[in-house]
Amino acid sequence: MGYVLSREGLDQVLQGLGTEYRLYAPVLKMGEGRFADTDVVRYDFVTSLDQIELSKKSDYAFKELLTPLSETLFFFTEGEVKVADKDVRDVIVLLRACDLHAVKRLDQMYLANGTEKDWFYQRIRDHVRFALIGCPSSFENCFCASMGTNVAPEGWVFSLEEADGGYRCAVADGTLAGLFAEHADAEADVEPAHVVENDTKVRVPENVPTAIYKHQMWDEYTVRCLKCGRCTIACPTCTCYTMQDVFYTDNGRVGERRRVAASCMIDGYTDVAGGGQYRRTGGERMRFKVLHKVHDFRARFGYDMCVGCGRCDDICPEYISFAACVNKLADAVDALGKEVDGDE
Amino acid sequence: MSNANPYVPFASKVLAIVEHTEREHTFVMAYEGDVKPGQFFEVSIPKYGEAPISVSGICPDVSVDLTIRNVGRVTGELFASFAVGDTVLLRGPYGNGFDVSLYEDGECVVVAGGTGVSPVRGVIDALSHTADAKDKHVIVGFRSPGDMLFRDDLVRWADALDLILTVDGAPEGYEGNIGLVTKYIPDLPLRDPATATAVVVGPPAMMRFSVMGLLQKGFAEENIWVSQERRMCCGLGKCGHCRIGEKYVCLDGPVFNYSVSKDMLD
Repeated sequence: MGYVLSREGLDQVLQGLGTEYRLYAPVLKMGEGRFADTDVVRYDFVTSLDQIELSKKSDYAFKELLTPLSETLFFFTEGEVKVADKDVRDVIVLLRACDLHAVKRLDQMYLANGTEKDWFYQRIRDHVRFALIGCPSSFENCFCASMGTNVAPEGWVFSLEEADGGYRCAVADGTLAGLFAEHADAEADVEPAHVVENDTKVRVPENVPTAIYKHQMWDEYTVRCLKCGRCTIACPTCTCYTMQDVFYTDNGRVGERRRVAASCMIDGYTDVAGGGQYRRTGGERMRFKVLHKVHDFRARFGYDMCVGCGRCDDICPEYISFAACVNKLADAVDALGKEVDGDE
Repeated sequence: MSNANPYVPFASKVLAIVEHTEREHTFVMAYEGDVKPGQFFEVSIPKYGEAPISVSGICPDVSVDLTIRNVGRVTGELFASFAVGDTVLLRGPYGNGFDVSLYEDGECVVVAGGTGVSPVRGVIDALSHTADAKDKHVIVGFRSPGDMLFRDDLVRWADALDLILTVDGAPEGYEGNIGLVTKYIPDLPLRDPATATAVVVGPPAMMRFSVMGLLQKGFAEENIWVSQERRMCCGLGKCGHCRIGEKYVCLDGPVFNYSVSKDMLD
């Protein structure tokens, strides 16, 4: 089912959804960028169409809803341990195809790596549904077509995209059709728009020999990378966290256990008691991250972790390109293969 | 939500504390469930945090031993504030642990260094009770005579199997073996290294050189097992810290066959 709506019509639909759902969508935050006088597009709760930024790529992904940067798990008072409450009212998240593919990666890690499900993740996830923002064209640094994530998987309840001064929406969840029909100008056949080709193209190597671990291609990143971790915070598929216990009072009797976003790019990530540490250089950390995104995750779960959103390239203060790195990796793997052939 | 929350720890009473050295104690913790040597628990101290600690002894349906070095925030608080009779919160057990039956038949070598003895203590105990215990060779190394753990066990093991106890260094007048564990590998009296099994646990450099020594001696890669140690925040395969390549030490390890772990590069 598809509908053509005016701006007012779609706004009415969103207002109507607002009675049952919270809406979580990309929002243009003026002047809130990481540098002076810059804007940023990041996710927030909205109540009307005016608040939503549909024409730009969001700098940060939707994932903070499912995996908050800081999430309190337990409160400790005297001898008592209490699971922290959470606002888990139903949410509809507006996101693009690449990010809907990213949801599958988050679910994979938190619900299907190992035998235990992550109770805190599931508590939120059970109340989250998705609406697809169509992509008529690619943004800068996107390489979704290379990663096969340009077409949205199933799992969205409706789609929306700007067209001809209005909006075109496909509705996959029949229970929402009435609301759309009520405020639509017309019914229409609507297929969510998707990107077919990006300017940035990435070639993912099929197999990665362990010889690549010591390859000189990583040295460049030891020189360039600041190890700031912005790439992993912006990435919609990065899931790592660190447990953090705190106490509030001088007597140490009251406190809480949180988990906070962690990054394999940042100092401290591998520290073990007694001072041990693995992967000290930027090159080693880049290698660890890049191979996870385009090899190690696939070796474990059967598909690549990276969804080609390009946010890591957008956000790097040193202009390091993940996409270029993967292409260098593919070339290096090819070259290693030729060396081996030559030896035989 | 129906499934239990795996992050909620359970209470366990401290039944006894064995003080091996000033900073290394074994906490005997009440525990009745299934557990294997080489598995680990998260010791969970509210307001201080959690630390993964391997099981160093098992008394079925009664207790598990956790041998802990006072070296961090959680362990520091444990040493400072917990005594026999107190209750400690635990989660686990996690990890695969050792399959002791793999080592009980035929020749076997265990190489363990420092607190690395903890996860293999149950393995060595099992080997000491086998019919051909004289074919079980155990090389145990500590930094100095004062750093030795499990002294009572060392005496028992010396009687039952071929134990080589060594220290990296010692004050003048010390009469025992002095030297790194790797020094003793070439001279191990093995009839057929190609079919013998080996278990290696200890600091990364010690494991690397011990495995090299065993391979030079003629061991097959697939007959060697190692136990890895990494930072962990969950033990459940979620936090990501212990990942090496496609493996998670908390889920797929900490015990790995060397034919697998040789390709696990940090």
